[in-house]
Amino acid sequence: MSELATHAAPPLPAAADKLKFYGMWLAVVVALLVLPKLFSSGGSLTTFSLIGISIIFALSYNILLGQTGMLSFGHAVYYGLGGFLAIHAINIVARNKLAIPLPVIPLIGGLTGLLFAALLGWVSTRRSGTAFAMISLGLAELVASSALILRTFFGGEAGVSANRTKVFRLFDWSFGPQIQIYYLVAAWTLLAVLAMYALTRTPLGRMCNAVRDNPERVQFVGYDPHVIRYLAFCFSGFFAGIAGALAAINFEIANSAYLGAVQSGTVLFATYIGGVGFFIGPIVGAIFVTLLSLGLSDLTPVWQLYFGLIFIAVVMFAPGGITGLLMMHRPLIRAGTLSRVLPSYAVAFVPTLAMVTGLMLAIETVVHFTVNPGDDSHIKSFGIRFDAASPYIWAMAMILIFGGFFLARRSWGRVALAWDDALGAARDKGVAA
Amino acid sequence: VLELIVISTLNGVLFGMLLFLMASGLTVIFSMLGVLNFAHASFYMLGAFFGFQISRWVGFWPALVIAPLLAGAIGAGVERYGLRRVHRNGHVAELLFTFGLAFAIEEIVQIIWGKSPVDFRVPPLLDFPAFTIFSTNYPAFKMFMLLVSIVIFVSLLIVLKKTRIGLIVQAALTHPHMVGHLGHNVGRIFMLVFGVGTALAAVAGVIAGPALVTQSNMAGLLGPILFVVVVVGGLGSLPGAFAASLLIGLVQTFAVSMNGSLAGAFGPLSPDYAQTWLSDIWSVTIAQIAPIMPYLLLVLILIFRPMGLLGTRDT
Repeated sequence: MSELATHAAPPLPAAADKLKFYGMWLAVVVALLVLPKLFSSGGSLTTFSLIGISIIFALSYNILLGQTGMLSFGHAVYYGLGGFLAIHAINIVARNKLAIPLPVIPLIGGLTGLLFAALLGWVSTRRSGTAFAMISLGLAELVASSALILRTFFGGEAGVSANRTKVFRLFDWSFGPQIQIYYLVAAWTLLAVLAMYALTRTPLGRMCNAVRDNPERVQFVGYDPHVIRYLAFCFSGFFAGIAGALAAINFEIANSAYLGAVQSGTVLFATYIGGVGFFIGPIVGAIFVTLLSLGLSDLTPVWQLYFGLIFIAVVMFAPGGITGLLMMHRPLIRAGTLSRVLPSYAVAFVPTLAMVTGLMLAIETVVHFTVNPGDDSHIKSFGIRFDAASPYIWAMAMILIFGGFFLARRSWGRVALAWDDALGAARDKGVAA
Repeated sequence: VLELIVISTLNGVLFGMLLFLMASGLTVIFSMLGVLNFAHASFYMLGAFFGFQISRWVGFWPALVIAPLLAGAIGAGVERYGLRRVHRNGHVAELLFTFGLAFAIEEIVQIIWGKSPVDFRVPPLLDFPAFTIFSTNYPAFKMFMLLVSIVIFVSLLIVLKKTRIGLIVQAALTHPHMVGHLGHNVGRIFMLVFGVGTALAAVAGVIAGPALVTQSNMAGLLGPILFVVVVVGGLGSLPGAFAASLLIGLVQTFAVSMNGSLAGAFGPLSPDYAQTWLSDIWSVTIAQIAPIMPYLLLVLILIFRPMGLLGTRDT
């Protein structure tokens, strides 16, 4: 038995792998420290802080969706409650002059998330799959509507605000300027990412994956899938609470939007677009979606529509998300057959781009005539000026859409052929897909 | 009090029947395709807005027919070109696809019709009080809504129980693979069921639009309640969906018309509670918590009957 156990344990990683692993984390630390030196404007610091918060939130969500296979439509509940408790904690600390510095406050948010996940989780994790998704949605609506009823605690529509500079100060950090908030968020992000990565390596993390893949067999091995789902749910609530508290500190306000369906939807979008199959996926997704929502909202009034369409496109054509798409190429790179697919990508890229441009042109034109029909028809979107009333624009949009669609369909067929060829060659060289 | 009970019962049954118009489609789609159509309430909204637009152009009565047909055609297209493609990637991807669709539909409706409510009026033919009970005028349009939902309910029952296609659908509810093995074109049945289901939701939208508010957030408001109905009734159970629809319709309507609160009932016993932060819970009226009633019911059901009222499937 003991012999079996030693054989079953994985071999210790080689020194080079270890070095690579720790070197990567070290590089991240250095990058986090250097980043504000490179982009020191207030706007970019705020953006970085928002990205950090949404990384923690998306990773906490992926504990459910990616690792345990639970699709939740109400993850913002734990984020929001963490945020509210953090705001109240700041106010209480400031009023009573308690010796609790601001960097500890996110922990309060995390514990709040944990507490509520522990309370609500037992009922909701009893079933998985579609039923769990619906239950999470129902509970989210319950909490969000209750927040509007319990006005003393949640502050009604206006929310509750606090002043983060009034808290007990350690080393004379006031946390007034955004740069200090950036470092606070960065430190917590690093801590939370490390903790969540470590969680995936524990036996519990492995059992979560097992529950996701085959709950019946987990039962046969002697574990209760319900308990494992519950534990994963609690961890996920904890980290979501930390993210919510950081958001509350960043904005110095918590309102009912924190708990709402939009927030739950955004984290789902970010996680899924990034890719649920890899640990790094939600991080990529959080960065992508935060930048996209900040960038697109300047360029076009209907950025949320684009957002939804991107999501639908990812679900339909790239279920592995961005990281899934990139990781698909790993065996090809290893075998050196990547060059066989690249030309077909280039060929497919042109008509696809044409189709997307045509769609955007059509959307922007239609939006102009429905949202502000009386205005001048010379509109500017995505930095380009054009006349929405001109028939040439309409014709061009139609040609781009239909021509692009027709050619894109054919060229993507070519890509599939080239892909099979390259992957087959990689297999022949002994690289596992 | 009697007046209140009669009116609330009527309104409750009406709301319940409307819910069932949507829940029935949702349930049949779920049972056959195994996917809970998150965008179902969006088709209800599309029905209401199509109905509004068409009734402006050609009148309410043609709209009552055309709008559901249009929405059903869109639904069938979504199944054929969207869901069927996503099906390969599993149920989570399917659910997410409909989720993204719901999001996109809401955005599109906002772009076309704006965020504020549109002026969708009751047709003049039905704009009169049907009868008067205890000095309350009951609008004829509400009776018409009730009539339409009952007619559809009965015809659905007949189609399901008496016709060949109904038999196939019933068989596919429990044994979808076997139906496929028997040589039926399951793909076409799926498309048909999806189209009919979304068209039913659109009918509910057209008749509810003038009575309730036609606004771009109506899907977001009704959607969660609809899912509560399906879970409370038991996923995949039509009779369960019917019972849950009526139950939630009645519970919510009665709650809205009641004004009691804990403070009202026990207030004289301990007036000092009113000062603490508990005062919110203490003085909230039943009418105020009406919106959360369905969700409270959901939690209770989950604790005591995790399968739902009449559910048998564990998904």
